[in-house]
Amino acid sequence: MNRNGPIALIFHVLFLGFLLAPILIVCAVAFTSQGYLSLPTEGLSLRWFRAIGDNPEFIRAFKDSLLLGAVSSTLAILVAVPAALAIARHQFFGREAIQALFLSPLMVPHIVLGIAFLRFFTMIGLGGTFVGLVLSHVIIILPFALRLILAASTGMDRAVENAAASLGASSWTCFRRVTLPLILPGVASGWVLAFINSFDEVTMTVFIASPETTTLPVRLFLYIQDNIDPLVAAVSAVLIFLTVAAMLVLDRVYGLERLLVGKGRD
Amino acid sequence: MSMAASTDTQLQATGANPDTHAPPPRRPRRWPWAPYLLSAPGLALFAVLLLVPLVMTFLLSLNSFSFYGGIENVWQLGNYADIIADDYFHEVFLRTFRIAAVVTILCAVFGAPEAYILRRMKSPWRGLCLLIVLGPLLISVVSRTLGWALLFGSTGLVNQGLMALGLIATPIEFMYTETGVIIALTHVLVPFMVLSVWASLQRLDPQVENAALSLGAGPLTVMRRVVLPQIVPGILSGSIIVFALAASAFATPAIIGGRRLKVAATLAYDEFLNTLNWPLGATVAVLLLIANIVIIVGCNRLVERRYKQVFE
Repeated sequence: MNRNGPIALIFHVLFLGFLLAPILIVCAVAFTSQGYLSLPTEGLSLRWFRAIGDNPEFIRAFKDSLLLGAVSSTLAILVAVPAALAIARHQFFGREAIQALFLSPLMVPHIVLGIAFLRFFTMIGLGGTFVGLVLSHVIIILPFALRLILAASTGMDRAVENAAASLGASSWTCFRRVTLPLILPGVASGWVLAFINSFDEVTMTVFIASPETTTLPVRLFLYIQDNIDPLVAAVSAVLIFLTVAAMLVLDRVYGLERLLVGKGRD
Repeated sequence: MSMAASTDTQLQATGANPDTHAPPPRRPRRWPWAPYLLSAPGLALFAVLLLVPLVMTFLLSLNSFSFYGGIENVWQLGNYADIIADDYFHEVFLRTFRIAAVVTILCAVFGAPEAYILRRMKSPWRGLCLLIVLGPLLISVVSRTLGWALLFGSTGLVNQGLMALGLIATPIEFMYTETGVIIALTHVLVPFMVLSVWASLQRLDPQVENAALSLGAGPLTVMRRVVLPQIVPGILSGSIIVFALAASAFATPAIIGGRRLKVAATLAYDEFLNTLNWPLGATVAVLLLIANIVIIVGCNRLVERRYKQVFE
């Protein structure tokens, strides 16, 4: 009973095939030597990967995406750590409401946030700016960071902190030398999950990005709306390779399941 | 959260013994404002950058719009009346929720068994397969949808395959159809269902199944009486997530459905960036937001009340 029968295994293989098919096809199409989309392809070549170099807008968007992800996840962490400590270890009036507010961006469709930010940023003069992108991304990625930091700070042993305090450590020393190192795994994984969510965001960003400041997914999305060619497949393939590499590192270091489910491997 | 709260009270209970733990009840009393100060940066940020823009969007939905005068600062419910009266909008909203419902059912039908199969796998394979199932969550939605556009359209690989297998005689139209959007969205969202069911299976001891078997229950009975009751809450909470995300999905319907097959999100996008009728776009957004919150909060309440004993 605790083994999978043949039907279950066939289902499993088909399921994995379904999940992998679109990802593999993007990679396959990217290696075509043809000037147009074709499968099965005549010959393999790297010409479309070289062609990315002739389209600096993709490279600039990639750099912008990395910078945006790094800056906004760092800001989100700076806001989320004190908030998580407040929620995790204090009983105070409005605690539940504050936690609900910080998690609420998960419930608001990104299309709605895109519309709301477009209107708001246009009015206060931040429309199409990098600052606007950072601020909006901080809002949507904060819940992801907060949840992981909350899990880390509710699970930690308070006795160590009390020991430090009773030995004369100030609140700040106590935080810096005891609390922070103890919740660091949660903080680090929160940063990574926030970065991934910022990097992949497209629905909201498409409203607030401008042609000068845009992210790679938005650039790709707008390009695909006009036409689909091997170039866009090559850019996507590079993105997929990088994500898979990052994923393998992440799985080794932290455990993908722990990051996404919030629990241990076994 | 409830678990965390219980460990906290446990700590306080053991802290009553003065030799082992120094109970810190004085600290919160000395700093009653500490939690508010700690969450102040976040609260300020969310008040200015989340609540204000959302309220402004609601106010915008009350304004009127004309092609010559642009946005007019009047307060009325004309846009809502327009949407309620117009068959075109009915069709779009109906399509949005129909697609979301079908995607949710497909995700449950395929995702739940997959989670169960994954749990019964042995160590090296399980980790690898879990990586393949969860990995797509980290890959950009645009890249994944591009894959489906390639499979459906330009290369037509799906139709070639189906015809080679003799399953269909003439090619099926996937691009710009609901079928295509549903398949691609199921692909994008099914990992969430697997995750949710997987999490609920973690609480099921495999020995319980063995106990049922050794007591003479058939495999079907075990499935129906032991496994299913445990994973139903997982399926339901996964369904809420999938439905909410499918109903507000944008990139996938925009690429696969194109301009011809509109859903609520792509409709709002077009009103905003092409027609420039911002008040109408804001109205669509407000309706989508309300529908989303009602569904998520309402279903969560129902599921939690019905399956209280499973969630504890």
